[in-house]
Amino acid sequence: MSPGARASRPHRRMAPTVERAGRPRSQGGWRGLVVPAGVLIAAELAARAAGLQSDSLARPSEIAAVGIAALIDGTMLHATGQTLVAAFAGLAIGTSLGLAFGILLGLFRTASRLAEFSVEAFRPIPSVALIPIVLLIFGFGYRMEIAIVAFATFWPILILTRAAIAGIEPRLLEVSRALGFGLGRRVAKIVLPAALPRLFVAFRLAVGIALIVAVTVEITGNTLGLGYALMDAQQSLRPALMFALLLWVGLVGWGLNAVLLWAQARLFGPAAAVEATP
Amino acid sequence: MTLRAAAAPVMAAPPAAREPLIRFRAVELTLSGRRILDPISLDIGRGEFVCVVGPSGCGKTTLLRLIAGLYLPSGGQVLYDGKPVAGPRQDIAIVFQDYGKALLPWRTATGNVSLALEAISMPRAERPARIAALLATVGLSNHADKFPGQLSGGMQQRLQIARCLAQAPTVLLMDEPFGALDAMTRQALQDEVLALAASSGATVFFVTHDLEEAIYLGDRVVALRPNPGRVADMFDVRLPRPRDQLTTREHPEFLRLRRALFDFIKESEA
Repeated sequence: MSPGARASRPHRRMAPTVERAGRPRSQGGWRGLVVPAGVLIAAELAARAAGLQSDSLARPSEIAAVGIAALIDGTMLHATGQTLVAAFAGLAIGTSLGLAFGILLGLFRTASRLAEFSVEAFRPIPSVALIPIVLLIFGFGYRMEIAIVAFATFWPILILTRAAIAGIEPRLLEVSRALGFGLGRRVAKIVLPAALPRLFVAFRLAVGIALIVAVTVEITGNTLGLGYALMDAQQSLRPALMFALLLWVGLVGWGLNAVLLWAQARLFGPAAAVEATP
Repeated sequence: MTLRAAAAPVMAAPPAAREPLIRFRAVELTLSGRRILDPISLDIGRGEFVCVVGPSGCGKTTLLRLIAGLYLPSGGQVLYDGKPVAGPRQDIAIVFQDYGKALLPWRTATGNVSLALEAISMPRAERPARIAALLATVGLSNHADKFPGQLSGGMQQRLQIARCLAQAPTVLLMDEPFGALDAMTRQALQDEVLALAASSGATVFFVTHDLEEAIYLGDRVVALRPNPGRVADMFDVRLPRPRDQLTTREHPEFLRLRRALFDFIKESEA
């Protein structure tokens, strides 16, 4: 084998991840808009033709007008702020705890075996099933929502961190032993950087979960944020506002993911993309 | 250090005169119920270049890992500088065969060398000059900002050697370091390692499956036999230094050793 052939191998392994990050929006972006735009126009025309007067449906143009009005008067942004504060506070707690325990379980096989049963017993509990209990403890408000988001994000971060650590090239850990690194420097210089691309994927997943769970908690009763605004619009029979909020929640989620994808490409680039392949 | 470097190129000095740096005293090893090594006794002198050969499964790499402190013996003692080896130490550096896995893919060549300097807690301000010097030693000055994935196999192995040299090691443990390289690159690196060993005075423990490489590099070749691993024979290599890819390999002594080792391997495989 020539040195050139060997040198090219890591590049090939990088290629899929690099492409995956860049392709979805760069290729055929406008073509993807044809179908939704067509559906919107059709819905608008149909509603006007039928002279729609409904408590559960609304014309697209109406939804847009109400949505823009709610954005301008600040109510929608206020609710968004509340949801994001709760989601990110919960995410911060869930992620840091999940990361700490995940590293512990990933590095020490004994700890992993000891925790195996507990993890598998608690993990399947649907986070929203905790709402009644957490409500008793904290009452309505931020603390209750943050606690549930933290619980919901803790498990995927824990499991994926443990897997990411366990998937680190053993030779690298041996190199760190041979160099005489203690636990702290081993984690900081070898373990975390080696696992970082995968940890970031886990974080992206957790951000999505945090938003879903936060809105769910708000819908089931917490008087905060976008979920509550949705319920409020529904109960006051304002379908246009309800649909506007629904679209807005989708946009917020999409925007968060886009920011994270951009950050991922910026942070890791091609150099570490090798490790990102799950 | 300088004295030894001056003395090294002349002739393989008989190691018996001085206190050995590494001593295996009836070392045996059993890993999860499997006997890996029968009691082995072996002395390695300061500044000596010892090559270890033998069929696969004979415990070559195990011996290396015992010196490195990555394994601890089940019986007997491995002494380093008179004291039992308790774990990895910074003055013992290991060059692994799978250079692609032993380098940090997220750090550049500079960053990978820096890792070893961080391990010895060298102040940040002193690192760049030292890194530049080390990369120059292994001929990678023009590739300082490249990531391992952008380097050829030979360059990656050079980089790993540079990182090991950054530890300023007394002992260099090399585990089939050139096994995966093409013939030309291998010969070039053999000569570089000989020059580095001569100039630094480091003791080298070199595991290989290539008999000619063992003779070409070593002051002594240790031949192991498998199942369980044990020392079968030892050959002193009385070839003049510095060695040369052409004249050394044509030297009658080289040919004699080559035949003796080939006979040994054939016999141990029978």
